[in-house]
Formats: sequence, C-alpha cells, structure tokens
Amino acid sequence: MELKINRKVYVVDVDSDTPLLWVLRDNLGLTGTKFSCGIGACGACTVHIGGVPTRSCLLPVEEVGDRDVVTIEGLNGSVGERLKQLWIEEDVPQCGYCQPGQIMTAAALLLKSPRPTENEIEACMSGVLCRCGTYQQIKRAIRRAVEES
Amino acid sequence: MLQSFLPETVAGHPSVCLVEGVGLLIGFAVPSVSSSRRRDPRKDGEDVLFEPNAWIRISRDNTVTIIVGHSEMGQGVLTALSQIVAEELEADWHTVKSITAPAARVYKNPVMGSQMTAGSTSVSSSWQTLRQAAAQARQMLVSAAALKWGVPLAECRASRGRVLHLPTERQLTYGELVPEAAKQPRVRKIQFKGHESFNIVGKRMPRLDTPDKTRGMAVFGIDVQIPDLLVATVIHSPMIGATLKWFDPSHALRSPGVSHVLQIPSGLAVVADTFWQAFRGAKAIKASWDEKTVLELSSKDLWGRWRHLGERRGRILRNDGNTLREISRADKIIEAAYELPFQAHACAEPMNCTAHAQPHRCDVWAPIQTQGMAQFTAARIARLPVSKVHVHTTFMGGAFGRRGPDLVAEAVTISKSIGKAVKVVWSREEDMRNDFFRPASYHLMKASLNNKGLPVAWLHRIVGPPTFERFLEEAIPAVFPDWMPKALRSALARPGSIFIKNFITPKLAGEGAAGITYSIDNVRVEYLRDDPGIPVGPWRAVDVSTNTFAVESFLDEIANSGGHDPLDLRLELLRDSPKLSRVLAVAADSAGWGRPSPEGISRGLSVHDFHGTAVATVAQVSVEHDGKVKVHRVVCAVDCGIVINPGIVEAQVVGGIAFGLTATLKSKVTIRNGRVEQINFDSFPLLRMDEMPKVKVIIVPSSRSPSGIGEVSVPGIAPAVTNAIFASSGRRIRRLPLYTHSTD
Repeated sequence: MELKINRKVYVVDVDSDTPLLWVLRDNLGLTGTKFSCGIGACGACTVHIGGVPTRSCLLPVEEVGDRDVVTIEGLNGSVGERLKQLWIEEDVPQCGYCQPGQIMTAAALLLKSPRPTENEIEACMSGVLCRCGTYQQIKRAIRRAVEES
Repeated sequence: MLQSFLPETVAGHPSVCLVEGVGLLIGFAVPSVSSSRRRDPRKDGEDVLFEPNAWIRISRDNTVTIIVGHSEMGQGVLTALSQIVAEELEADWHTVKSITAPAARVYKNPVMGSQMTAGSTSVSSSWQTLRQAAAQARQMLVSAAALKWGVPLAECRASRGRVLHLPTERQLTYGELVPEAAKQPRVRKIQFKGHESFNIVGKRMPRLDTPDKTRGMAVFGIDVQIPDLLVATVIHSPMIGATLKWFDPSHALRSPGVSHVLQIPSGLAVVADTFWQAFRGAKAIKASWDEKTVLELSSKDLWGRWRHLGERRGRILRNDGNTLREISRADKIIEAAYELPFQAHACAEPMNCTAHAQPHRCDVWAPIQTQGMAQFTAARIARLPVSKVHVHTTFMGGAFGRRGPDLVAEAVTISKSIGKAVKVVWSREEDMRNDFFRPASYHLMKASLNNKGLPVAWLHRIVGPPTFERFLEEAIPAVFPDWMPKALRSALARPGSIFIKNFITPKLAGEGAAGITYSIDNVRVEYLRDDPGIPVGPWRAVDVSTNTFAVESFLDEIANSGGHDPLDLRLELLRDSPKLSRVLAVAADSAGWGRPSPEGISRGLSVHDFHGTAVATVAQVSVEHDGKVKVHRVVCAVDCGIVINPGIVEAQVVGGIAFGLTATLKSKVTIRNGRVEQINFDSFPLLRMDEMPKVKVIIVPSSRSPSGIGEVSVPGIAPAVTNAIFASSGRRIRRLPLYTHSTD
C-alpha cells in the first residue's frame, strides 16, 4: 500500500486494519506521533490528513487513501515552523509527550482560521490532554502566534 | 589504594574521594569502578576529553557535557542540574550539553540510598555535590592555564568557558586546555563562587530538552529502536491479584506477526514484530483466571470499615500535651471526617521497557525513576552480576512516582526467555488496571476550642494502607554496596522490609500531618494501618497530598466555628513559623484577600510545607447555578530556597496545580469485585485546558540551600478550592473528587 507522508511516498506492507499510528511508529520509524490512550480520547496521536487534524490511533491505514498525511516531523510550513519556534520560546513542554499532538492540533486550527478567539482556542485545544498541565504555556504560545502573525 | 579527604571549605560534606591512578571522583562514599574515569586524556574518536569526575566531560571543541544522574520526567532536571554545574564551572552556557547518566553507584541519590529520582530531591541532594565537582574542574582548568603560561595561579581567572591571564589579557578556551587540565593533580581546597556572582543559577535559562520535545525528536522509552527489536505486550489478570488458571495461545500464535506467547510471573506476554500485531494477538488469547479469592474486594466497602476503625486509637506519630483529655473535658469541640479516594498516575506515556538479556550482559532502555532498583532487578532475573547490567534512561512521558522496576522485570524476563531484544509496551487499559494507586484514606479530625475560638487540642487520626511498602524487595538490595554478594543483598531484603514496615512507613503515612507547625498546645496524630490489598504506592506529593486536604480543610472549619477569618487564624497559629506565614501573607495579599472580590467569586486558601518548601495557595472560585464549580484563578507563593531556574519553578508549580486539580474535581479510582473500574481517560478524566485556571506563581526570595519544587503545589489546591466553595455556598466538601461518575 502507498502512503503520502510528509510529502514523501512510502510503500508499506501491513494489514489494512492497522491504525495509521502504528504504521507511522513501528513501520516507518516516525515516532514523533505518540501513543497514549488508543481510544481517541487524548489527542497525543494527532496528525493532519488532507489538512484535517485526525487521531491516528483510531484510523485504519486503508482509510487514508491518497490523502496527504503530515506528522510533527513534516510540519514545516510557515505556521508549523512559527508554532514550533514559539513553543521553544515559551518553553512549553514539561515531559513533552503530548506536545506533538498539541502542536498538530494548534497548527490545524491556525491553518483553518488564522485569528481564532480565546474561546475558539480553548474549545479546539481542550480535546488534547496534558497530564503535566502545560495548558497555560500552550495558550500563550498560540496567542502569540495569532497576535504576531 | 583508596584515600579519602575532606577539603576545608566543605567540611561536613563527607564525600570527596580519590582513587589513586584511576581518577577523581567527587560526591560519594564508596566509588565504583564502573563509573570511574581515567585521569589521562582519553581518545574518544578524534576528541581528547577532560573528564575530571563523573559529571563533567569537556572536549577539544569546547563542548561541556554534563552527565545528570537523575531522570528527566518533565520536571526540568536536565537543565536545572546543568545550570548548577555550569555556574560553578564558569562554563559558557551555549556550549553546554546535558545527558542522562547510566546506572552507577556514583549517581546514588543520598536521600534515597540508591540511584533514584523521587521526593523532589534532585536539586536539594545534588546542590553541594555538583558544585564541588564543578569547582574542582574549574580549578584544574585554571591550574592548567597557569602552568602553560608559566604565571602565578593568582593572576588567572576562569570566566565563561575561558581562562584569562589578567595582567596580559591572554586567554585560552576550556577546549584548548583539555590536554593539560587532564594532567592536573587533584585540588585539595575547593573554592566556591559567591552567590552574588551567579549568572547562570537563578536565571531563566531555556530548557535544554525543549527543542527536541517540540520537534518530535526526543526519544521516550516507547520510541527506543535497536536492531532486530521485537515488541511485546502483556496481559495481566483483569482482577487484582488473581492467578492464571489456564490459557490457550493457539489463536494468538496464528495472528500475523506474533512469534511467542509466554507465561511470565505477572501474566501473559505476546511477542510480535510490531506493537499492533502484539496487541491484536493479545486480544485473541483465551485465558481464565482464578477470581474467587478477589471478588469480595470493593473499594466502596472501605468507607464503612474505616469509619468504624476511626473510632479506635492508632499508632501515635506525634503527641504533644494531652489531646484526649483536653477534648474530653472541653466545652466546645468540633469534629469532621474527610475521605479521599485512590488515584492513578495516568502518565501520558504508557508503561514500557526495552531489554536485551544476553549471556554476558544485559541492557535495559527504560523510562525509569529508579535506576538502582532496575539494575538489581535485571541482574537477578538475567542471573548476571549487577555490573553487567547497563541501564539506559530515556525521556519519559510523565512519571509521578509510577516508574519503578516492574516493567524492567517483565522486559528482562521475556528477553531472556526468547533470547532476543524486546520492547514491552502496555496498552492504556493495562496501564490503568495495573497501576499502584495513591492510597485512599480516611481522616478523623477533632479539636477543642477555647473561648476565643482558638484551638487548644488537635486530633488527626489517619486510616488507610501505607504508601511506601511497594518494591521493598527491590529497593533494599539496591541500597547495599556492590561488593556485597547479590544473594546476601537479597537475603537482607526480608529483615530490612520488616524494619521498614515497623519503623519507617507508618511515619511516612503521617507526612503533612504530624509535622504541622500551628501553635496548638495539644497535638495528637495517629495512624491506623489498614491494607485491603489494593496495590498502592507513591504518587506525586505522596501522603502530603491527602493529609494536607484534611489539615487545611479542618483548620477552615475551626476558623468558621471560632468566628475567625481563615487567614487571620492561620497567621496567628503560624506565629512561630516565619517561612510558612511569609508565603501565606504574600499569596493572600496578591490574591486580594480581605478586599471585595468580583461578583460571584469567592476565595479559599491553604498553606503547607512539602519537604522543606513552604507553599501557600489561594483559589478564586465560583459556584455556577447548576452547582458546577469553576476555578478561575489561583495564586501560589512558594519559598523553595535558592532558585536555580525561576521558569522551571513556575512551570512545576503550575503543573502541580493542574495535577492536584484533576484529583480535586474529577478523577478517582474505584475497585468493584476485584476489578479496577477506570481503564482509560474516558473513565479517569484529566483536567482539560478549558478547566485550567490562570495561575500566578510568586517565588519568595530566599538564600537558603535549595529544597524541592516538583511536587510541592499538588497538596494545597484541593483544600484551597473546597474552602472557597464553603466561603461561597456554605457547603463543606469532605470527600473528593467533586464530580464523579460512580457512587463509591
């Protein structure tokens, strides 16, 4: 099966019901996308599929089709790079495990709506859990991305 | 030949040793050969290195590598400990690189007795050791330069990665001095920098691990890749403590990619090429467990039992004056009971460990807090000397007290059995079900008040299982020195654990209760051990998290009953505790205590000590029409001694409040008929961004040696919030969490 990931084409030989998450992690070595809950409840595994933020732990790889997949490793457009830069400037991560999912979710939000309100940011980001409690720093980084764009 | 000496300037810190002809080792009592460094310049590829001790490595290209003996679990220890070294070394921060140390004696945590990251002790226990190590290295670099220039030592000074010759303004970088520095003799007299000249300690240095974590490049345990690695997942009994009766692996073995199904002491392991294959294979296993013995176990039954037990007297942890007599004859008595549930760690990264057990050596790659125990556990299972076990600590997606040696045991067992490298990864459901939980506890409180409404006698009776009896079989052998035979170390585990269970764990159950510094003439704190058999263990802030809720809620009840303002009463009772009263006054003032609050908002506060750090928390809360509680803003003032990195301190305080708020508002673990009822984030919900209050952190300046910060803000938030709810609605919360799916 062919997959378009981070603007590269990969040919993988996996069972078609394997979730995309595990194809990325175990077959392609793209371990930036994280496994945490496995039921789509935490957002750590969020990737973009055709630009839409998607929980890769629940998505059978056969359903990806020819849509473009972008993972944290390939998030290098201007919005993605800006967010990563602000994440570093604000020193957002603690343990860091959920942060790829946080950044992918934030990037999808800003790509769709470049000037979200505070409430829109909260509504969108509240689906991504952080056990370390970095929400305050995440919000600050996103707000700066909005204000400084 | 082993020589030991105490430099004059650090008398009282008993730990600078020299192994003649082998190297200089600072900061431990018994040096281990595996961690010693050669004094001669060592060829490492093309680089010649200066390795004055186990923490510092300087290469010709000026890179200063700092080897950190503690686990980075999000608390910023790679950065904070590196700042301590870089400061005293006079390193150029831009050339500093930080790596996690292997398991070795030299990195033993002196507070814990073995290499371990726990109790918020990393900075406090390393402060002096790392400063010594770095100052010694700096002095060797300065001596090397003086020798090279042929000038008096006094004319040379180290500054930002260089040594300067002051009269001639000549300079040499540390990299240029590597070969000569490595030949320098040991430094007997260590000279520390003055605090006033600190320019790295106390500064908001950006965390060294942030860029990799932001770009998805940080390697967590679950990301470990080595050649020919297989992946295993483990199915454990769905009931606590049930034993396996039979299993049928045939369907699993026919599942794609599955190579082995093994029975191991903790359950059934399914080994495959990838996690998904192993996970799917595990679902295909048919197994039956002997459940009869555990079906009776339900956490809801505990409360009745503990209320009953609370009428008895417990083991006395503190007894000032005569509390029982005062209460029996007082005119005014108040009494309340508080009930706190089991809590899961719910680390973002599920439990995992990678091991490769070979006949001659065993490698373990683990997100782990307890390297000492990990090494001993792996050695025992692999049947190798401890020195043949190499523990590689990875980044970890949260730890919070959970990451002990149980995963190491599984990974080494499986690897040894199949003769290949294997990564064990648990599903989230296995992670939640096989957690060991923050113990549930019951707190009976009584106080007598005098005619001014001030407490005269205080009784706090704690009922529940002891937190610290888990992994004693691994922990005790890890404390003994390497030269003791493994069998002897194991044999000592039993008498050692009897001693610990009798004399140490009951005391720890009273942390945050027995040490209260309120000026009350009669204080009695008791502990009644009752262990129903539900696995428990350390959880961020340990027993201080539960005891502080009882203490600070009850103090509010006393204030209300005696007609005092909660702040005024605390300040009055803390008149002999300047550290606590200071943080309390600072937090209260910043939060506008005593001034009108915005419409619908009320305030509650708490103050406590966590291992020497003083913490005061003020929560601003509203109770909505539907009874829902919203926490709008929290002010938290801390005095943690000298601050290494204010940014990290703030992040830890804010994060601890989020962690504590999850347990205040929404999460708990219940057991029904032997089964853990919460198995994923749908039933064990975590705080979300839209529930996160704005948190203001105030660091109260101090010149004391540093104390901890990683856990300190967890205990105070629950009573601050529930005290605010009382102020708002008159409703006293004595049971957490506030919202709950089940009725237990």
